[in-house]
Amino acid sequence: MSKFSRREFIRDGVAAFTLSFAAPAFLVDIARAQGAVSRNLVVIYLAGGNDALSTLVPYTDPFYYSRRPAIAVPAGQVLQIGSDSSGKPLGLHPRLTGLQTIFNQGRLAIVQRAGYQNSSRSHFQGTDIWGTADPTNPAGLGWLGRYLDSIPGTMDPLAGWNTSGATYRALTGLNVSVPSITDPRAYSFASPNSGAEAVNERNSAIRLASLAGNRPHLAFVNSSSMEAFATLDRVASVVNYQSAVTYPNNGFGNALKTVAGSIVRGIGTRVYWVQTGGFDTHSGQGNAGGGGYANLMATVGDGILAFYNDLQGQGLLGNTLMVQFSEFGRRISENGSQGTDHGAGSIMMAIGGGVRGGLYGTAANLNPTPDNPTLENAGGDVTYETDFRSVYTKVLEGWLGTDSTAILGGDFRAGAPAII
Amino acid sequence: MRSGDANLDHLFRRAGFGASAADLQAVAGMSYASAVDYFVDFDKQPDDVDTKIGLPESVSITTRGQFSPNTNIEDARQRWLFRMVHTRRPLQEKMALFWHNHFGVGYSKVAGVVGGVLGTKMMAAKGGELPGPQGHYELLRERALGKFRDLLIEVAKDPAMLFFLDGRTNTKAKPQENFGREVMELFTWGLGHYTESDVYAAARVFSGWNLRNVPGANGNDPAGYYEFIYNAAQHDIADKTFTFPISGSRTIPTRAAASGMQDGIDFLTTLANHPETGRRLARKLWNYFVSDLDVPDPGFVEGLTNVYLQNDTDMRPVLRYILRSPWFTNPGNHNARYSWPVEFVVRTMKEIGWAGFSVDTARVPLTNMGQTLFEPPNVAGWQLGRAWFGTGAMLARMNFAAAVAANQRFNLARSFSATERAQPDRVLNGMLQRLTPAPYTTAEMNEMLTYLTTGSPWTGSETQMNAKAAGLARLVAGSGEYQFV
Repeated sequence: MSKFSRREFIRDGVAAFTLSFAAPAFLVDIARAQGAVSRNLVVIYLAGGNDALSTLVPYTDPFYYSRRPAIAVPAGQVLQIGSDSSGKPLGLHPRLTGLQTIFNQGRLAIVQRAGYQNSSRSHFQGTDIWGTADPTNPAGLGWLGRYLDSIPGTMDPLAGWNTSGATYRALTGLNVSVPSITDPRAYSFASPNSGAEAVNERNSAIRLASLAGNRPHLAFVNSSSMEAFATLDRVASVVNYQSAVTYPNNGFGNALKTVAGSIVRGIGTRVYWVQTGGFDTHSGQGNAGGGGYANLMATVGDGILAFYNDLQGQGLLGNTLMVQFSEFGRRISENGSQGTDHGAGSIMMAIGGGVRGGLYGTAANLNPTPDNPTLENAGGDVTYETDFRSVYTKVLEGWLGTDSTAILGGDFRAGAPAII
Repeated sequence: MRSGDANLDHLFRRAGFGASAADLQAVAGMSYASAVDYFVDFDKQPDDVDTKIGLPESVSITTRGQFSPNTNIEDARQRWLFRMVHTRRPLQEKMALFWHNHFGVGYSKVAGVVGGVLGTKMMAAKGGELPGPQGHYELLRERALGKFRDLLIEVAKDPAMLFFLDGRTNTKAKPQENFGREVMELFTWGLGHYTESDVYAAARVFSGWNLRNVPGANGNDPAGYYEFIYNAAQHDIADKTFTFPISGSRTIPTRAAASGMQDGIDFLTTLANHPETGRRLARKLWNYFVSDLDVPDPGFVEGLTNVYLQNDTDMRPVLRYILRSPWFTNPGNHNARYSWPVEFVVRTMKEIGWAGFSVDTARVPLTNMGQTLFEPPNVAGWQLGRAWFGTGAMLARMNFAAAVAANQRFNLARSFSATERAQPDRVLNGMLQRLTPAPYTTAEMNEMLTYLTTGSPWTGSETQMNAKAAGLARLVAGSGEYQFV
């Protein structure tokens, strides 16, 4: 095929286009991704602002130890995973044995110093910026919502699944509304009556919910009812999912198990949102052995490894990409509460069968001199190196097979880490 | 239930949690303006709601051993829900809920450090019933309509807040930024009115605002408590410079450590007395009391800010201003707010019935609807409006309505007179006097009539009423129109 319009290409997918050496790299990415079937994206949000310097420890940086006398992870205890492209050795937190296992299999990519210029230190504005991919006006639709809106055809009310009770701007679309289903067992319909009378009432409720007409707010609420009725059966199919893998019995582990169940049952969901909180570690972080942060890392590492093993065991790892983010990193120097306050640059991780594992980007030098370009805020915070939107770009194009520029409102391909 | 006056019904939904027959009796014969005063000057009614707990005519509570609302968080939740159902001071509970969302303190973080008994005490203990200060929510309730400045200062010294935003560990060597940031971002001015350097300075202002532990015999001893102390030895006495004036100067000068607590008082006073705080509260109060479908009217925001500043941050005239304003009574703003889960739950109980029903039944459903009392998702409070209406949350609402309707089946059926039972449209009309959804269209009314007559021909028999009245109540309370207040 000698000529094609990008519009046709995006619309018709890989069939309309043969890969050639002349094609720009991003088109090759998109074409490859579209050739794959039934891919899932699992977005993992570490709520509260993850202290990236405790997740991925620069254990040879003397300023890491001098600025964090109470909470630094001792060099001898980090889980070594090699050095980054600048030659700086880095290690995972000792409770991240699960992630080390995945890293050693080449399926964990860590993007250092992900963020954006003038990072917000506000949880709420920060979360909205990561959600909208728009640091200047984070009040619009979410990047995942816009992606789901862009899928052609009739919108499936289960195209997205938010496993948390909260709603996030990231999942807000113009036409799509992502259901929040925290516990599939509670996702059922009850009537005060039984038998035929309950069926009558349910049918009446469905018809009643279809009569909103041109009352938009009522229509919105009624659409939630309609989508609930339309998805009850598929969600119920996940309830009895039995895994060969034992998941940690906590909210994060249970949510990932539910996601695995719905992937195995093939209910058609494309985007999952999973989160775990407690990362606003202003106090009591601890260091390697104990303290709040070690527990957070155990939750994350053990949960992700169980999910990874579960999917791998069923031959579904190749269909799944996990992408982790948090709204900001934390200050370099510890505070007086054995904790850290709100900072700037953080890390992102990508995990899955299609991931090209490794360390991306370069670590900050934690020396607080005025001329240190890797720090900002008078040496107080890590400054970003990789625009988080370039990681989104890779996810959208290399994994989901769609043009990122329309969804992100700009071209962030330059400098995108080759994580997929 | 309906009063016959649409403005009064609106007032009960917004300034309260809906109206029971007893509620309507209390305002019978009053003009609208007098009814507003009844709500706003709530201290003219006795605060006797807790004496109704356990009475057979009240909604039930569920006891697990001793009912312990001061030391068991589930019981504290029951007590608050009970108060919402039966209070004679609805606006007090409504404002306590507003402040709970505004200050965003959550039980789990506190209890994670001190355990469930002391954590519950810090969140919800009633003053004077146990050694130590009253709980966070009791503080919000006590000062529900006082001066905002006083509330802000008391909240800054509140043990639950000092745990929640880590002020208890704020020392001169290592200032803690958590409270200093959020007090500007969330509790008063909002983003855009301060810089990172102000966050640093604010953290130092509150150094030494710590806690004293008065331990009990063990960690679960209800006699133990924490109380605020100003720890002069941990206060950073050096001057602190802001990008905005505090008491007339951008720099808080060096003070002797012994009087250093004044730094924080001056800082909080500056924040509270500033027009930006008035505007921020105005916008939040608009969304709470007037509408969250339309953005705040600039005239409302400026008018409220003026009332707030002219009355030295006193919230009582502010609330009177809101409830008497043309924006509030505008019929276009009736049913123009997405209800919060606790509003939905309480109104459902008040309108369908509560005899023999326990407020504890609402506990798990409320979590599935996205609102666990004493557990806002973060310091910014809950996400409001449409965010309450995910599919799982909507199912939880419908299913809670089913639980109440099933429980009240016989009371519901018997509440209709023989004349009403004779015709299904009279049953429907009677139900819509009892429950107060936004108005239905003719097509929707016909759909509910179809429901009443589906299955077997209408007879109005006891058997038929037992099934259909409960089913209809669930249908109404689970409909979109009922999700607005």
